[in-house]
Amino acid sequence: MNRDELLKVLYDETLVGNAPRVLELTNEGLGMGLGPEELLFDSLIPSLEEVGARFERGDFFVPEMLIAGKAMSGALEILRPLLAETGAESVGTFVMGTVKGDVHDIGKNLVNIMLEGAGFHVIDLGVQVSPEKFVAAIEEHQPDIVGFSAFLTTTMPMFKANINALEKAGLRKKVIVMVGGAPVTQEYADAVGADGYAADASAAVARAKDLIARRRAASVA
Amino acid sequence: MQTVLRSASREVVIGDGQPFCIIGERINPTGRKIFQEQLRAGDLSRVEIDVAEQVAGGAMVLDVNMGAPLADEVELLSKAVKLVQSITDLPICIDSSVIDALAAGLEAYEGKALVNSVTAEEERLDAILPLVKHHGAAIIMLPNDEEEIPEDPKRRLELAGRLVDVATGRYGIPIEDIVIDPLAMPIGADTTLVSKTLETIHLVKERFGLNMTLGASNVSFGMPDRAGIGSAFLPMAATLGLTSAIMDARSPALVQAVKAADLLLDHDPWGAGWIAAHRAKQAASLG
Repeated sequence: MNRDELLKVLYDETLVGNAPRVLELTNEGLGMGLGPEELLFDSLIPSLEEVGARFERGDFFVPEMLIAGKAMSGALEILRPLLAETGAESVGTFVMGTVKGDVHDIGKNLVNIMLEGAGFHVIDLGVQVSPEKFVAAIEEHQPDIVGFSAFLTTTMPMFKANINALEKAGLRKKVIVMVGGAPVTQEYADAVGADGYAADASAAVARAKDLIARRRAASVA
Repeated sequence: MQTVLRSASREVVIGDGQPFCIIGERINPTGRKIFQEQLRAGDLSRVEIDVAEQVAGGAMVLDVNMGAPLADEVELLSKAVKLVQSITDLPICIDSSVIDALAAGLEAYEGKALVNSVTAEEERLDAILPLVKHHGAAIIMLPNDEEEIPEDPKRRLELAGRLVDVATGRYGIPIEDIVIDPLAMPIGADTTLVSKTLETIHLVKERFGLNMTLGASNVSFGMPDRAGIGSAFLPMAATLGLTSAIMDARSPALVQAVKAADLLLDHDPWGAGWIAAHRAKQAASLG
């Protein structure tokens, strides 16, 4: 197998979520001198993007997305320290959680997968995350973005409560706030004062990248 | 154990030996943009269409939820309850996690409603159960607390026991008015989850003999050919002791699976209901 073949097979095995093979191929690729960036950007990320695209089209289903994400995470565990060594810049750090009172996590997990797939460092706080817990995590990890997920109309008001908590802690200006979840709309995101909203996992990645790019441009200017 | 629900003029019984109680789930704006906009504008016309479809599909109770973002759920739920009661005599399952909305819905309701729902969180129990007691309603109770949604069926059973103690002991709610939700989880997220729900149904039935209901659509979330999954799940769950489900009565496959389970579990003597449904279909196709 030459390098191009390896990248192609790695892409295919990630697409179908074959975690053991993805691990093997990642190690094999490193062994034959492929750089961690090449494995990530020329194989793993495009594969995950394809998974996301198929999911949005209705050709892939939740279990297929989850298993592909798992396969990707395994490879990332090997690659992450190497990427840090080479000084490759992370796309951004994302702290994510389902709001207090809400236990739905499928949508959030799918967004996490797509974010990781796109090169973000994702810190997942899980479900039922209180405003205090979000504040503590933001202080600890200093992410570029914090994401609040809610699946119920009755837990969506926690977005505002979380944002108030960030303001109180003096963190609101330091972090981009994104919100999402089945009942959430752009209109609602605007009403609670979030910086960004996306309707699905792929759109969330695009929006997150865009928001970070704007913020970095603004801080340079 | 028999849980009796009433509208002004009709009684529906959930329980052993009764036909499986189909609670129509569709009167709910979650994930429906146009419906949400209508509700924000105070337009309840969509409710009438949804009610008609659920009734035509075979719903025996109607779940009514008015949780639309940026809308006044308290006022809407009260209005919707009155509207639904003006067009059908089916009992209502009043569905909200906003306590004031539940109170308004119960206030507006004529009869004995089913309230959806309360968890084992102390704060919520102490807010919702007095309302349930005051209105003489029945209540759906979920075995999850502040800490967790337990996966282990034994832990769910333990929480169900605590729910029963609090409802009957602290608030004097009759045990037959407690309906446990054994927590239906999406099979697509983790294929070990639904067998845990089934095990919970079995344990709750064995220990307490209580009526149970759950959100049947949860099970097939994120999977293709959802009606096939629901049609297999509901009879399995009914066999173990599930006596009701909140489900979409517009799906003939789901409704037929439930009716076949009634027949096969001897809840439809002489198959009279099954045969009558067949005749009704035949008559409808002959126009």
